Amino acid sequence: MTTSQSRVARRVAGLAPSGIRKFFELVERMPDAISLAIGEPDFTTPWRGRESAIYSLEKGHTHYTPNRGTQELREAVASYLERRFGISYHPDREVLITVGAAEAIDLALRAILDPGDAVLIPQPCFVSYPPCTVLAGGVPVPVPTRVENDFRVQAADLEAARADRPRALLMCYPNNPTGAVMGREDLESVVRWAAEKDLVLIADEIYAELHYDGGHVSAAAIPGARDRTILIGGFSKAWAMTGWRLGFAAGPPDLIEAMAKVHAYTVMCAPTMAQEAALDVLTGCDDEVAAMRREYNQRRRIIVKRLRDMGLDCFEPRGAFYAFPSIAGTGLSSEEFAERLLREEKVAVVPGAAFGACGEGFVRCSYATSIAALEEGMARMARFVGRVGG
Amino acid sequence: MEDILFALEEDGRLTTAQLAERLGRPEKEIAEAVAKLEADKVIRRYRAVIDWDKAGAERVFGFIEVRISPQRGRGFDSIAARIMEFPEVHSLYLMSGTYDLMVVVQGKTMREVAYFVAERLAPMDNVLSTATHFVLRRYKVDGDIMVERTENKRLPVTP
Ligand SMILES: Cc1ncc(COP(=O)(O)O)c(C=O)c1O
Repeated sequence: MTTSQSRVARRVAGLAPSGIRKFFELVERMPDAISLAIGEPDFTTPWRGRESAIYSLEKGHTHYTPNRGTQELREAVASYLERRFGISYHPDREVLITVGAAEAIDLALRAILDPGDAVLIPQPCFVSYPPCTVLAGGVPVPVPTRVENDFRVQAADLEAARADRPRALLMCYPNNPTGAVMGREDLESVVRWAAEKDLVLIADEIYAELHYDGGHVSAAAIPGARDRTILIGGFSKAWAMTGWRLGFAAGPPDLIEAMAKVHAYTVMCAPTMAQEAALDVLTGCDDEVAAMRREYNQRRRIIVKRLRDMGLDCFEPRGAFYAFPSIAGTGLSSEEFAERLLREEKVAVVPGAAFGACGEGFVRCSYATSIAALEEGMARMARFVGRVGG
Repeated sequence: MEDILFALEEDGRLTTAQLAERLGRPEKEIAEAVAKLEADKVIRRYRAVIDWDKAGAERVFGFIEVRISPQRGRGFDSIAARIMEFPEVHSLYLMSGTYDLMVVVQGKTMREVAYFVAERLAPMDNVLSTATHFVLRRYKVDGDIMVERTENKRLPVTP
């Protein structure tokens, strides 16, 4: 008889278990822990969106939509991208509605990678980039970014990675887990480098609306970038719609066509009621988004100050909803730090190493939680750091 | 300025130190700005939002639609001035549409509110008619939802 081990494809068996998974199980057994380890908003989806989903069900809109998403939503996404970031896309040929940004990432990689193609991935990064690359037959090449550069990827870092057969660069700004953002000049030099190497740029900009420093510049808006960039966005973060599973990709017609092909064969289309809700939030919830951004910004200032006051070096995050303090001074590894903090003070943070080797020495603290919980979590963490020595 | 107002509208008890921290500005600057907002009456006062039902207190609200004949040269303002001085009057609005003033009257019982309307409001010169509507339940008041809602759970650790 075959063992279950041997029934699993080598490619899947070989994927490292997520550093987050193990931690999840620990925290789950501790219901009174304060969790600063949550990567989704604490807000509920704006009522306008929930209400229109209810209405959509009442009307009996329970069928498939076109593969690429409803015409109305594709048009709304195109005009949103134009209005907010100054990039224009054709709603029929250059926009694809997906099952979360998560699916868009998977589709982008599957659409462009041939076996053995390398994908440059600036790290620390969202946990699914390397496994999705492997599943698509590619080879992930980590590109460490450094706190000295505010975790912004530099052309020199990319050059130093010396990837064999590089095919794409997959990056995320504003960044999960560091909160780093890229300025226009940073993007220009990266785009120039990607153009020299003729790479496809996959820009995961799901946190674009959560930028606290003047406004997000999209990689796709940089001259010369648009026709080699797959821009990925979603509703999960700014519109607090994680559970709806809805996102989008925009890019040149050949790449979107390839992604749409895979999408059509695998999921057919994104959920219908979610698409109807998204149409309404995209066109009518700017005030709610602004209010959430204001609230996150206040929490951001509080958490960064508390972390620094307890003696940790904390780089100033300017986007998303994470702070990424260095815990190197404690002499603990990020995993030891997170595990002991949880056991001794019942506060959950995510070890930086879960986001790539260069995340070692840091922990991710999410501030997508109430100020009261943040204050309590920070007080407990300060006690812990005081004990182990910062 | 606006950021201070947004923060205080949400939580009027924030200290200048807390405001400074949350808004990323020096405390002195915040203190001066708040003092100016108070002096200019942009911030009129700080108070609690109270669920009187929960507190077990008797409170009844009547919404009274009032039609009036405006006085020559003085419009609705002079009659409004007379009405708003009554402590029973919780809020007073000039309205467009089929009536002129919306008077929100607060009392301990329906009878008390009804008497106020009958004895004080209706007999006023220029008041043509009143129509009284009693509040049966307060679902949402000044942006606060007053009914209990279940807390939504999130997974404790997510990427
Ligand atoms: C960087 C990044 N990309 C993508 C996603 C997935 O988002 P979605 O819910 O749209 O699939 C997340 C969610 O945590 C994220 O942090």
